[in-house]
Amino acid sequence: MRLRITILLGVIALASVVGMASSPPKSVSPSAPVLRSSEDADAMRLEGERRFRANCGRCHAAPHKFPPRMMATIMRHMRVRATITDEDMRLVLYYMTQ
Amino acid sequence: MGFQPSSEKRKLSLKKWMHRRSLSLLGFACLLVSFWTIPNLLAQTDSDRPVPILTGGAGYFTFVTAGQTQLDAQVNPVLLLPLGDRWLVESRAEFEGAFERPPGGGPYGGPVSKNLDYLQVDYIANPYLTITVGRFLTPFGIFNERLYPIWIRSLQQDPLILPISTGSSDGMMLRGGFPVSAKVNLNYAVYVSAVSTGHNNLESDRNLGGRLGVFLPGPGLEVGGSWQKLLQDERSEAFGFHFAWQLRKLPLNLHGEYARSNQGSGYWVDAAYRLNHVPFWQNTMRRLEVAGRAEQFFSGQINADEAEAIGLPGANTREGEFGLNYYLQDGLKVVASYGRQFSPDGNANLWTTGIAYRFAIPLGRVSAP
Repeated sequence: MRLRITILLGVIALASVVGMASSPPKSVSPSAPVLRSSEDADAMRLEGERRFRANCGRCHAAPHKFPPRMMATIMRHMRVRATITDEDMRLVLYYMTQ
Repeated sequence: MGFQPSSEKRKLSLKKWMHRRSLSLLGFACLLVSFWTIPNLLAQTDSDRPVPILTGGAGYFTFVTAGQTQLDAQVNPVLLLPLGDRWLVESRAEFEGAFERPPGGGPYGGPVSKNLDYLQVDYIANPYLTITVGRFLTPFGIFNERLYPIWIRSLQQDPLILPISTGSSDGMMLRGGFPVSAKVNLNYAVYVSAVSTGHNNLESDRNLGGRLGVFLPGPGLEVGGSWQKLLQDERSEAFGFHFAWQLRKLPLNLHGEYARSNQGSGYWVDAAYRLNHVPFWQNTMRRLEVAGRAEQFFSGQINADEAEAIGLPGANTREGEFGLNYYLQDGLKVVASYGRQFSPDGNANLWTTGIAYRFAIPLGRVSAP
């Protein structure tokens, strides 16, 4: 009985999550920051590389760069798996797609 | 087949029915989310829109333990299905064949195991919170979630304490990572596993727990702790600590865990050093990694048979291992290692050789239309 109640609560929670998602979302997916100059771009790349080494390099060797649409998926996966911060994810994605 | 009272039979069949029913519900919930959010996916037009990916690892290893050879072939496909801006459906299965010669000789043979490690729906609610529902890897320590894949781990033998409080859970999890200052990031995961199933391919227990980690990007150091309370059987508790340290001045990675439960306790510490800076044979040396691990397990309150049934040693055990990994190219490495195990049941040499490969295949166009 307790098991069924827990499952029911899980399904209700899932439905609530789906409901929240159907409202117009404020984007949380990573996107390239707006850059004013090539110096900004270089600084972003360097910072992205630093964050890449700090976050990703703790567990595995640097992979080669994948196409941007693949990297976007991989970064979303790693955000969940490795609990990477939002800012780190954006900077690493920028570095990995340039 | 032994005699069973009919009331006990009824209880068992009811339990089986509930397991099947709860697993079906879980599967149905995952499908529901997928169908509900597909319109969001189709509505997106960005050229950098995430594309579904089939990735994972494949490998072939020879393990020789105390003179007994085991041939091990495995494929661990991971499916990543991003939906809209905030959703991700992800799943990993494990197909592993472990083949040995039967006692007295003969051809190699053995079981091929199939497991569903995780099938989860992630909803990125905001920069601080991701909600996960489904079957997920239990976030206890760091090895199970982060270092387990064969293309990531620096030594192919599992740590002795890996079975303590890890594996998979079926339920719900809240997790995230965020900066608390310019020099400190915090990460957390709290979960409840609502389904207890002894099904061969879908084992999980009812439990709740959490993990908290502090990451200092400056020195490249992460430390954290895990806790878990079992909500069935003996309702025991387990706790553990972990660290990961990537040195700044050397290509050296250190990892370690300590875990304690009624099943036993122990620790492991491993180091992996990439020979990037060696001044000779640079083309070869930069592809080479030297790895080592020291670990110890102390038996708990369960007997040796129960311990071995869940993959733990049957007695107090110490082990040291040393290995070499050679990266032929990105995601493809050849591995070799030697270890020595010390136990009251008998000391043993552990030899490992093999090859591990990581693949990543897009399941859609990767360039803008």
